[in-house]
Amino acid sequence: MNLDSFIDWILLPLIKIGILFGLLSLVIAYLTLLERKIIAFMQVRLGPMRVGPHGLLQPIADGIKLMLKEDIVPSRADKIVFTLAPVITLIPAFIVFAVIPFGPRSIHIPGFTIPGLNVQVAERTTGFFITDLNIGLLYVLAVSSIGILGIILGGWASNSKYPLLGALRSAAQMVSYEVALGFSIMGVLMMAGTLSLVEIVNAQKNAGAWYVFLQPVGFILFFICGVAETNRAPFDLPEAESELVAGFHTEYSGFRFSLFFLAEYAAMIVVSSMAVTLFWGGWLRPFPNIAALGFLGLVPGFLWFALKVLVFLYFYLWFRASWPRYRYDQLMKIGWQVLMPIAIANVIVTAVLVLWLGGSR
Amino acid sequence: MGNSVLLAYIPIFIFMAIAFLFPIVTLFVAKLIRPNSGGEAKLSPYECGVDPDSDARQRYAIRYYVVAILFVIFDVETVFLFPWAIIYKQLAFFGLMEMLVFLGILIVGYVWIIKKGALDWA
Amino acid sequence: MIEALFFLFAAMAVGAAINVLVQKHVLYSALSLIVLLVSMSGLFILLNADFLAVINVIVYAGAIMVLFVFVIMLLNLPEDEDGADRMRWLKFLGIPMGLFLLFMILATLWNAGADAGVQAQMPGSPEAIGRSLFTDYLLPFEVTSLLILIALMGAVVFAKKEL
Repeated sequence: MNLDSFIDWILLPLIKIGILFGLLSLVIAYLTLLERKIIAFMQVRLGPMRVGPHGLLQPIADGIKLMLKEDIVPSRADKIVFTLAPVITLIPAFIVFAVIPFGPRSIHIPGFTIPGLNVQVAERTTGFFITDLNIGLLYVLAVSSIGILGIILGGWASNSKYPLLGALRSAAQMVSYEVALGFSIMGVLMMAGTLSLVEIVNAQKNAGAWYVFLQPVGFILFFICGVAETNRAPFDLPEAESELVAGFHTEYSGFRFSLFFLAEYAAMIVVSSMAVTLFWGGWLRPFPNIAALGFLGLVPGFLWFALKVLVFLYFYLWFRASWPRYRYDQLMKIGWQVLMPIAIANVIVTAVLVLWLGGSR
Repeated sequence: MGNSVLLAYIPIFIFMAIAFLFPIVTLFVAKLIRPNSGGEAKLSPYECGVDPDSDARQRYAIRYYVVAILFVIFDVETVFLFPWAIIYKQLAFFGLMEMLVFLGILIVGYVWIIKKGALDWA
Repeated sequence: MIEALFFLFAAMAVGAAINVLVQKHVLYSALSLIVLLVSMSGLFILLNADFLAVINVIVYAGAIMVLFVFVIMLLNLPEDEDGADRMRWLKFLGIPMGLFLLFMILATLWNAGADAGVQAQMPGSPEAIGRSLFTDYLLPFEVTSLLILIALMGAVVFAKKEL
């Protein structure tokens, strides 16, 4: 392995992973504050105000608190699986970010010579993503499907009734909506003709329109399923506190609990990012092909991306403040008997339309 | 090492290793600084304050199993759709017919399970 | 580097496979099976078959293992040895099966020597797989849907008695 490929595939990814880890923990920490603040404002309250100005240091205080909390392993629990379960949930939630394109391939690094060694480092261009796989989309689906296992195992290992029921419900819910989720993105794939997330965004640029305008039904299905996949309101049955205490993580405390918590918020960011990448043009500015709006291009791509993701995260919080929770039989009925047929119909209709309208490829 | 498919995965292997270390290191650090008092009542499974009277691991409703197995079946179906979708524009009309046959057979099955009530929860 | 990764994934796969057999509790076996499947995906990536690798994770590690763990949770078999006693005769079936497997592996290895260079030309991209699946292997593909239909009906018929 020579120096150039070492820089391309090991050094640069390492730097990017470092930056990503830092940013991600910051965003997740402040997402919790944002959630409490926004829901508080919607309910005419102030939310956290004590730690720092307007409660701005609250996430840091929460983090320290979770680190210092006693960690309880129930006496009847299976100790190994109990420890393993949050780890199994967290790792997939993080490594999904490896393929998400936050911005275009546009970071220029000029060539230079390492002084003293007389080694020439070539000029290169890299992107705002860790790696671009030609099966990126499937990677996201594959890795997230592993996360379900962590939740089931956590509920099982606790050996307590509420976590067990919560885990069963949670897993059944996640698998039910995963099917409709898979069908809902088929339309995008048919139009883009690739599974690489970077190329899907580029295809939207070439098409001159974000896919949400061509696939509105697909997008709505995707986002509903995404909310259900992350076990958030109004699909937060696994943690329905009125019936299941706290669902699968009832027995978890201290930092083990916060690993589940981190994974849930990371998953929210993933779903929002995927919605942006697949349907809302990723890093593209609005109306990417209208030259008159070129001044919008002055805002760098990754800021557009962040802005759009923020909108979807806001939707998540808005849903939680606005909608009551579904009943379990309603949830199952929506997943299998409402979303599934619509998603399949959407695939067929899109297939016919792509053929009819796009005869000349 | 001229293998670009493999090269694109090296960052992912690195990321996996780091993501694996993160929870282990943090759990270890938390273990060092947190208090540890324990006690029998504290360690008993949560059951709204009363002592648990039976083991939590009992047999649960078969419906969950039906949902899981239907998920496996439909998941396999979507897996077939992915390669079809990305080359759909090349397959054109031929591809449409192929998939209509494939989906048609499965829609029959889907309608049948709905009619049978296998997905009715209540 | 490829060799190092190969031995890493191969060691993980073999270790996990042995662990599946020796673990007493069935859930631990299932966990090892997940490790086995994920390291097999790693091996697929080394062979340029990245599409196969993710499909392996989606279908086996994601879907089928969820089903396995579900069944383990739903049944909650007690950990006593009664079940093992009743299945004792299976051990004798294991010997011929093991020999057969050994024969298959040896036969494969015997034939593999000539085709060692084949992996470079094998299509691993989803486009290539799609193209051959939907043209050359069209009939098997359509028959698969019948197979899936039968599996679907079988699952519901078996479970229906309990519903």
